[in-house]
Amino acid sequence: MDGPFTTALSLIAAGDAALLQIIGLSLRVTLTAVVIACVIGLPLGAGLALARFPGRGAAIILFNALMGLPPVVAGLIVYLMLSRSGPFGDLALLFTPTAMIIAQTVLILPIVVSLSRSVVEDLWAEYQEQLRSLGAGRVRAVPTLLWDGRVSLLTGVLAGFGRASAEVGAVLIVGGNIAGHTRTMTTAITLETARGNLGLAVALGIILMVLTLTLNAIAWGAGQWARGRLG
Amino acid sequence: MKPAHDLQPAILPLRLDRASYAVGGTTLLAEISLSIEPGRRLVVMGANGAGKTLFLRLCHGLIEPTAGSRIWANGVARAAEQAMVFQRPVLLRRSVADNLDYPLALRGVPRAARRETVARTLDRFGLSVMASRPARLLSGGEQQRLALARAWAMQPQILFLDEPSSALDPSATRLIEEMIEGFSADGITIVMTTHDLGQARRLAQDVAFLHRGRLIERAPAGTFFAGPNAHEARAFLAGDLIW
Repeated sequence: MDGPFTTALSLIAAGDAALLQIIGLSLRVTLTAVVIACVIGLPLGAGLALARFPGRGAAIILFNALMGLPPVVAGLIVYLMLSRSGPFGDLALLFTPTAMIIAQTVLILPIVVSLSRSVVEDLWAEYQEQLRSLGAGRVRAVPTLLWDGRVSLLTGVLAGFGRASAEVGAVLIVGGNIAGHTRTMTTAITLETARGNLGLAVALGIILMVLTLTLNAIAWGAGQWARGRLG
Repeated sequence: MKPAHDLQPAILPLRLDRASYAVGGTTLLAEISLSIEPGRRLVVMGANGAGKTLFLRLCHGLIEPTAGSRIWANGVARAAEQAMVFQRPVLLRRSVADNLDYPLALRGVPRAARRETVARTLDRFGLSVMASRPARLLSGGEQQRLALARAWAMQPQILFLDEPSSALDPSATRLIEEMIEGFSADGITIVMTTHDLGQARRLAQDVAFLHRGRLIERAPAGTFFAGPNAHEARAFLAGDLIW
């Protein structure tokens, strides 16, 4: 009998259709969630850094704590929201890729918010008087600071991607691991391992790690390039 | 280039009326009254901790007097037609040209006019060759020139300069001083601090001498350097320690 590694390599080499479909869905779900989390989280984090309001400290603590939110709990919350009897049950989103995107956005958002808050807060300390002198108020400073912090922020976005692509609990609960529909790399690994189908599980594991490594290498390279280029 | 402030309502003279600044019961600037007249170069002198930088920040409107008042001639609390170059200016992580563009965009200058102003500013200060270089990677002297050019591009009526050449070598310092004299020739009022007595002698038309947060002498440069009235100022010029 072939070992799991042999199976893995032959599956990858053959470009197995089911395998490609699983990889494609995983990337689509996670990347969409990352984009949504950035669109919401970057301005929110920057706003949290610059705004002064009662309860700001509590909000910061909350987002920091949510970075450690267990994916299964995030999945459960989204499940309750989207289930037939939940507040958004009418949308019939449960067990669709959309539900998985929502759940992963919930997981990534706190990372993006907390990191951009911390990056923007540090930059603001350095830039505040200069920007005020040039004529930028706090609101106008937000895009400026996000842009000037872009290299550091990339790290946070990447951490978000890492968290989402690695998690299995949330997508399993709200997606249901339906073959050809909501099966991702991580849920497939879980299933195939339980079935004793180690070849496919290892193949997926290898691909997942290669993807993560590649993405991190690109981001690191981009960061190094930008540091040298932008100072 | 004609300074644009011929068209704007004059914000000068700027008057401080017994303006004080205190933090937590400690008075850092005490009852400063003076008038900053248009078209002059005022050099603010004094020992470290005398309150020179605070004085500039107060005039510029970055801090508000905790007592007394700051009054611009056009009556507004914080005039837009002014600029300040900090001792350590913050340049944005973008190109030299984009750094010049940024404050103009903040002021709502249309894109075409901005491009023209940026090009003219680059040209005037010999920065054209480095227009697309990242500002943060310039040398110290180039960064300081860019900071001054950025202030000039905003076409201020008055420019505050905090130790504009404190970290520069003599040749870079000379370039900066030439720029300041050029600003002056454009009709921009200059208020600057320096700890460099030679620079003060070269650039000052008027001198304000601060000692422990108080304005203890205000005189035309010639009179001041010939022999100030206040003994602290005499001691400062003589290089004594005045604590």
